[in-house]
Amino acid sequence: MSTNAGLFSSSLGKKYLMAITGLFLCSFLIIHFLGNIALFTNPVQFNEYTRFMSSNPIIRVMEIVLVLGFLTHIIDAIILTRANKKAQPVKYAMNKNKSSWYSRNMGLTGTIILVFLILHLQSFWYEYKFGEVLMTVDSNGNEIKDMFTIVKTAFSEWWYSAIYILAMILLGSHLNHGFQSAFQSVGLRHKKYTPTIKMLGAGFSISITIGFISFPIYFFIIQL
Amino acid sequence: MNLTLKVWRQNGENDKGRIVEYKMSDISPDMSFLEMMDVLNEQLIEKGDNPVAFDHDCREGICGSCSMYINGEPHGPENLITTCQLHMRSFKDGDTIYIEPWRASAFPVVKDLVVDRSAFDAIIQAGGYVSVNTSGNTQDANAIPINKTDADAAFDAATCIGCGACVATCKNSSAMLFTAAKVSHLAHLPQGQVEAKERAINMVNKMDELGFGNCTNTGDCEIQCPKGISLDNIALMNRDFLGASLKSEK
Amino acid sequence: MTKLVDNIPEGPLVDKWTKYKADAKLVNPANRRNIDVIVVGTGLAGGAAAASLGEMGFNVKSFCFQDSPRRAHSIAAQGGINAAKNYQNDGDSTYRLFYDTIKGGDYRSREANVYRLAEVSTNIIDQCVAQGVPFAREYGGLLDNRSFGGVQVQRTFYAKGQTGQQLLIGAYQALSRQISKGTVTMYNRHEMMDVVVIDGKARGIIARNLITGKIERHSAHAVVLASGGYGNVFFLSTNAMGSNCTAAWKSYKKGAYFANPCFVQIHPTCIPVTGDHQSKLTLMSESLRNDGRIWVPKKKEDAEAIARGEKTGLDIAEEDRDYYLERRYPAFGNLVPRDVASRAAKERCDAGYGVNKTGQAVFLDFSDAINRLGKDAVEARYGNLFQMYEKITDENPYEMPMKIYPAIHYTMGGIWVDYNLQTTIPGLFATGEANFSDHGANRLGASALMQGLADGYFVAPYTVSNYLADDIRTGKISTDHPEFEKAEKTVDDKLDYFINNNGSKSVDYFHRKLGKIIWENCGMARNKEDLEKAIKEVDSLRDEFWKEVKVPGTKDGLNQELEKAGRVADFIELGALMCYDALSREESCGGHFREEYQTPEGEAVRNDKEFAFVSAWEFKGEKKVPELHKEDLKYENIELKQRSYK
Repeated sequence: MSTNAGLFSSSLGKKYLMAITGLFLCSFLIIHFLGNIALFTNPVQFNEYTRFMSSNPIIRVMEIVLVLGFLTHIIDAIILTRANKKAQPVKYAMNKNKSSWYSRNMGLTGTIILVFLILHLQSFWYEYKFGEVLMTVDSNGNEIKDMFTIVKTAFSEWWYSAIYILAMILLGSHLNHGFQSAFQSVGLRHKKYTPTIKMLGAGFSISITIGFISFPIYFFIIQL
Repeated sequence: MNLTLKVWRQNGENDKGRIVEYKMSDISPDMSFLEMMDVLNEQLIEKGDNPVAFDHDCREGICGSCSMYINGEPHGPENLITTCQLHMRSFKDGDTIYIEPWRASAFPVVKDLVVDRSAFDAIIQAGGYVSVNTSGNTQDANAIPINKTDADAAFDAATCIGCGACVATCKNSSAMLFTAAKVSHLAHLPQGQVEAKERAINMVNKMDELGFGNCTNTGDCEIQCPKGISLDNIALMNRDFLGASLKSEK
Repeated sequence: MTKLVDNIPEGPLVDKWTKYKADAKLVNPANRRNIDVIVVGTGLAGGAAAASLGEMGFNVKSFCFQDSPRRAHSIAAQGGINAAKNYQNDGDSTYRLFYDTIKGGDYRSREANVYRLAEVSTNIIDQCVAQGVPFAREYGGLLDNRSFGGVQVQRTFYAKGQTGQQLLIGAYQALSRQISKGTVTMYNRHEMMDVVVIDGKARGIIARNLITGKIERHSAHAVVLASGGYGNVFFLSTNAMGSNCTAAWKSYKKGAYFANPCFVQIHPTCIPVTGDHQSKLTLMSESLRNDGRIWVPKKKEDAEAIARGEKTGLDIAEEDRDYYLERRYPAFGNLVPRDVASRAAKERCDAGYGVNKTGQAVFLDFSDAINRLGKDAVEARYGNLFQMYEKITDENPYEMPMKIYPAIHYTMGGIWVDYNLQTTIPGLFATGEANFSDHGANRLGASALMQGLADGYFVAPYTVSNYLADDIRTGKISTDHPEFEKAEKTVDDKLDYFINNNGSKSVDYFHRKLGKIIWENCGMARNKEDLEKAIKEVDSLRDEFWKEVKVPGTKDGLNQELEKAGRVADFIELGALMCYDALSREESCGGHFREEYQTPEGEAVRNDKEFAFVSAWEFKGEKKVPELHKEDLKYENIELKQRSYK
């Protein structure tokens, strides 16, 4: 057995994978959020940003890495969850866990986020790539796909915004445990620094949640 | 005090098992929880029933035998104690108390509240020791000074009593805290450093093989550990295992 | 009659062990794996012996009744372990540790054994550190020592209040290493039910698998008992619930002599009994007496008011308090040895000055220490003990004086062994608390751990190996031998008897009754009349037990009542032997205090002229009076002196 096969067949190897892909996905969230800030500027800038993201070769390669990251994170989670269910086949008649809710429900929040992700990809990524998209012009007068309108239309549906907001809250919960947990998993824990890491994790998850929720709220407000 | 007990009864490994209800009256708040169980058993014997089997020995919180899941928590509602140190004053008159065995496929139920924890022995046998023979010629105990902070950290990890509360409360039935406590105890000492890498790999592999679940860092183990063993130890093991796996030439 | 041969090597005291090791017969490594050794018990002595014999290459089978070898009751020892390392440069030496142990044992132990114990004590610390036992250290990185139990040097190594735990885990890890190597086969949840003697030699045991109920035969070329002490004769003791004398008692009935059974140690600082439901007593470390002051009210009416709950210790004015230890023993005050402190507490409580509802408690007061040193300093020294006390009693010892009372803690008596730790049955060895050899009539603090590990790591491996050298041509011992068959049948019949006996009372009923008889008549103070009465009471309790004991369930499978029944049957018989022994020893020494032999001030009077011997009792048949053999104790290196703590 090669080292790496040995490493990743162990429970700890799977933890490392979970942690590394998780932190990688966190970095994606930051980039994704920063890009989306263009929504607040004007439709043209947002549409140009969208075109850049969908045509730049480096971004295209990163997209594949991102998909792999998601898949690894998800498959790893499924493998771990199945093993964990097997490890405790009989449940307690009475059970009171004192740990935090979000730490114990990563599978639940993760699954809901995954369902949301599919919906999210369908309404934006799929729509942009394969849907019948209205055309508009960029700052140079060239024709460009009108992503801004797709977003605006989607958020004009109250139920869509509601699902989006709920998903972002669950994402925050997922991140709150996931961020600091990733450091613990790879063994980065220290009496002096870990409280800071935990604070950073909480700050990060709150910022990401509020940040993303600000988009549907923004569209709700400008529609008034 | 009057109490209603809901106790898991299971006659052997192959029996399905069920919760049986018992009414207790005139329980003194000064009794320990196990003494209350003794009273229940006396009553059952008197009636000609089989008493409830449970593990217990030192009754002072150090041998690690006692193992009851009381009202949804290992060793009951108080922190930093074992079941034998729990007293009835922690409950109120009229309370209903659920008493269940540890639940984990690596800890099969033997009878009633007794489970088989030999998996823990197997983990230690996989490497939880320093390979030194008894000879009478080992070097002087003071030959290698050990930094007090390290010695204290080793001690704190070594206070694990092997009761299994960490596994019992973990939603994944993971044995990480137990395994890490031993890895960390020995890794903090120069005598244990020599084989630290092989130890981490061998003990983790054995733990996986025995059917314990995977750690998801919920921290329930640390909260429920009667000896307050810290998650720091798990982080240390994660770090050592990673380093050892990457450097390993196999 | 077997003559008691101590087999002590010739020569000067300091050279005996070195000479023994040099002369000891060895077994060729290739032959060792063909030789089986059974070790019963996995505490410090048993765990260490099994691990060491396994390392040597013998084929070891290790037995414990607990679910894991790590749970043996050595784990509960708190204080520390003595060793003559002299790291503190305070004049300690092997000789001084030897001397202190003999003196502390009130001159009733064997010089050569004790000297060997002191000699190997330093090896123990080296060995344990090499194993990774995390002893307390100073900031310079070197090992820390504390003083203990009235000796004048600091020689006690410790790991907070959990020294026993750390040492046991060390031995358990060494044992685990041998299990993984295959030199030791571990039998968890197996109880030794009898020893099998073939042609005068111990050749195996009968064990019961406590999970399946199956009776198993295990053969070996030698059997090492490391099954601990018998404090649970008293029902209430600081021993673990499962600690029992069955292995030792069955050996006694097969011909091993039982030595000094009446020498039991009563520890003065335990948490008092609160009611009839009590199952076990909890020890508070002896170190509490360094700063706590022990007292009872001067006026009986105050004590009675406290017992009724109308007053507390805080309501008693300073001038109405009787600091009886300081009054009686001005030189040592609250730091008199364990036996003296215990008896003084009993004396006050018997006189009606006890301070709880049972009338059996005295105060241990820290208010002076808190005023003098501050609460923080007291907390730093005793914080964990105070916390433990509060958990159990629900009283805060920083505010309210603690209540304590003596309890049975350790048994110095045990199976008689010679210098080889071999019993009067060849091939049967006894180690640790199970034997009698090193502590005389009273054990010093922090010496039990030392003895257990000395026997297990450094003595038994040599002496057992020396014995086995004659066994290389014996070949495998067959378990089909009629002696195995006979022993198995006896065991099985007894189990059937218990299951089928249609009695009316639970095992605990009898155990409690036995405890009360022995505690009252063969406890802290004994006299002829009481002991004679107790022997009769125990005899009739025994008859009642066999008639009325009720054991539910079956013998096939886990049946904890059945386990207890067998153990209590043996405790009852041992209880009678203790009384016989106490009756025959017409002197007061160490833990044995005969009321007839005391000074007018109530101090013990030892009789070296007539009683400087080890009492070794031989079993003469069921319900027959046992026979006393005497091993004279010769003191060639120490002058016998009366202990005085005034």
